[in-house]
Amino acid sequence: MIDSLRQRLTPRVTVALGLLGLLWASTAWVVLRRFLEGLGSVTALSDTSPWGLWISFDVVCGVALAAGGFTMAAAVYVFKLEHYRPVLRPAVLTAFLGYILVVMGLMMDLGRPWDIWHPIVMWQPHSVMFEVAWCVMLYTTVLALEFSPVVFEKFHLERPLRLIHAITIPLVILGVILSTLHQSSLGSLFLLVPSKLSQLWYTPLLPVLFFLSAVAVGPAMVIVESNLSSRAFGRGLENDLLAGLGKATSITLFIYLAVKIADLLVRGAWTRLLMPTLTSGFFWAEIVIGVLLPAVLLAQRSVREDPKALFRAALLVVGGVVLNRFNVSMIGLWAYTGPTYIPTIAEIMVSLSLVLGGVVAFGVIAKFFPVFSEEGQEASQP
Amino acid sequence: MDSRLSRRQFVKLGTAAGVAAALVAPVPMQLPFNQQQGLPKSSGEAPASATAKGMLIDTTKCIGCRSCERACKKANNLPDSAPEDKEKLNAITFTTIQTKPVPTKDDPKAVQPVKVQCMHCLNPSCASACPVGALEKTPGGPVVYHADRCIGCRYCMMACPFGIPRYEWHSNTPYVRKCTFCADRQAQGLQPACSEACPTGALKFGVRADLIAEAESRIRSNPDKYVNYIYGKDEVGGTSVLYLARVPFEKLGFRTDLPTQAPPEATNEVMTKLPGVVVGAAALLGGIAYFRKPPAVSGAKRAEEETYEEKKLRKAA
Repeated sequence: MIDSLRQRLTPRVTVALGLLGLLWASTAWVVLRRFLEGLGSVTALSDTSPWGLWISFDVVCGVALAAGGFTMAAAVYVFKLEHYRPVLRPAVLTAFLGYILVVMGLMMDLGRPWDIWHPIVMWQPHSVMFEVAWCVMLYTTVLALEFSPVVFEKFHLERPLRLIHAITIPLVILGVILSTLHQSSLGSLFLLVPSKLSQLWYTPLLPVLFFLSAVAVGPAMVIVESNLSSRAFGRGLENDLLAGLGKATSITLFIYLAVKIADLLVRGAWTRLLMPTLTSGFFWAEIVIGVLLPAVLLAQRSVREDPKALFRAALLVVGGVVLNRFNVSMIGLWAYTGPTYIPTIAEIMVSLSLVLGGVVAFGVIAKFFPVFSEEGQEASQP
Repeated sequence: MDSRLSRRQFVKLGTAAGVAAALVAPVPMQLPFNQQQGLPKSSGEAPASATAKGMLIDTTKCIGCRSCERACKKANNLPDSAPEDKEKLNAITFTTIQTKPVPTKDDPKAVQPVKVQCMHCLNPSCASACPVGALEKTPGGPVVYHADRCIGCRYCMMACPFGIPRYEWHSNTPYVRKCTFCADRQAQGLQPACSEACPTGALKFGVRADLIAEAESRIRSNPDKYVNYIYGKDEVGGTSVLYLARVPFEKLGFRTDLPTQAPPEATNEVMTKLPGVVVGAAALLGGIAYFRKPPAVSGAKRAEEETYEEKKLRKAA
């Protein structure tokens, strides 16, 4: 094993690992300062901008981009689309790691993270945040359970395996319900600020729009993750399978676009699209580059069947959803605060460290556990 | 064969889970921190109390002496603000006088002092936002903060339409800080420190309904002195703090574009639909999962496969 590891330490890999180590060491210093001196010492957060990069990216985007878990689980176990089974485990792993990163991001962002358990016993059921906290807690547990067969298989734990298989479908249904609730509720968080969020994004349909975009980006994330791991592990790419995911994303994006346009028209907010403001620019970018363009591209078979084109289109979808989440949670609020908040290098380092940590964790787990193995998946079919 | 649950097992499991959930759910409601005056009432039910208190701030009587500011600092053991933080609310300043320029032809340097602080909304966005009920609208009027519950998520700060809650950004055990309407003094039958200290009567503490009547009476008696508007009467569902002014309120930095609907009502419209979504989704997904046969080879898949095969043949040729 040592020899094979040594073989892998090419100059490129060594430099990359060195840089990563440097980043993580510097981030450890940021984390220390954050806990010793308070959030204000390492972030650009302020009374006018109490939420920043860690909320917009690590929490809100993090949850959205983990949507591959519930969409693939629903596809295989509820809709019985068996041919997507090969991408199920990697999708569940991506989602599970994604939610762990969300929690780690929260531990940094919360002012009093040692009290993070409070919502378990201190209830305020009218709060959207309360519902999000509970759903995220429960869904992370569901994801752990959905991923557990991979661990049980590795260590040949037959009885736990049988137990999980017996409850897989109710577990998946529970996971889809929980995901529906909190994906939409992250949008509902902003229902409370009609006087702060730009009318381009403020709508009673925020929960619906957040849910639809999560359903659209789930398959897109699976396409992205499949391409990246195929390159990293030298695996084949099952593009015919991914092409089907691209089609699902395209259809969902068109539905999303229709709902969004109808909403703008009904509320009369479409007039703001004609104003040459910074926020309308961000809206156009989100809709045209992040929704319309990939929807049209993915509607074409020639794009879906070309792995490179499919990958790029999927990246546009991911970028579009990230931009949407930033627009709703940060940029759209510039109507109230002005563009005063710019994240510090320290904040960016923390977010980057978390994402790269997730990527490394994925790679390590995929190396040692039957995440991709064919035999493992056949044996595990209930 | 199938180690999946049979439909009977699924119904049994589902019933057992439902019963267990129903038995466990009320337990947290009985815990001490959820017992104080019941759970926070922030769902659009404004406290029914007809004797709920308010404060009328008549800016036409304010001379900007800042006695209120000093009294508040003293009553709450707050240190003096740094010079660069003059006239700013922050973690150590719950109320302050902000000097607004209101130039006229005769007096281009005219200013109007305006006292700012928490508005103690009737249906506060902050209390609705808080996941753990750290912010609570009390029936007597004050929106109070239970520091021991706070997790520091700062959703209250995002939610407040007036941008009031401030944070201890440089503390390693930070809390949210804002005016408490001197709830502790009110509990002892005293009035807030600020209104007690005011030498001109610009700050009047009393029953909100009475203060509105008083404000209307002042406007009627002195139509030239007052803009015909009571700020806080209807904004975001009404606030405990009410203002009168000599000039239009937007000139004094007040937001005049706030909705009259309390924002928590917008949230509740969606939140009340959630149980229906859960039941509907469970029924729909359960129905599909248990009654849908896996597509043999669906038409779409056959089309995809043929294309792939054709492509392979094409490439081989």
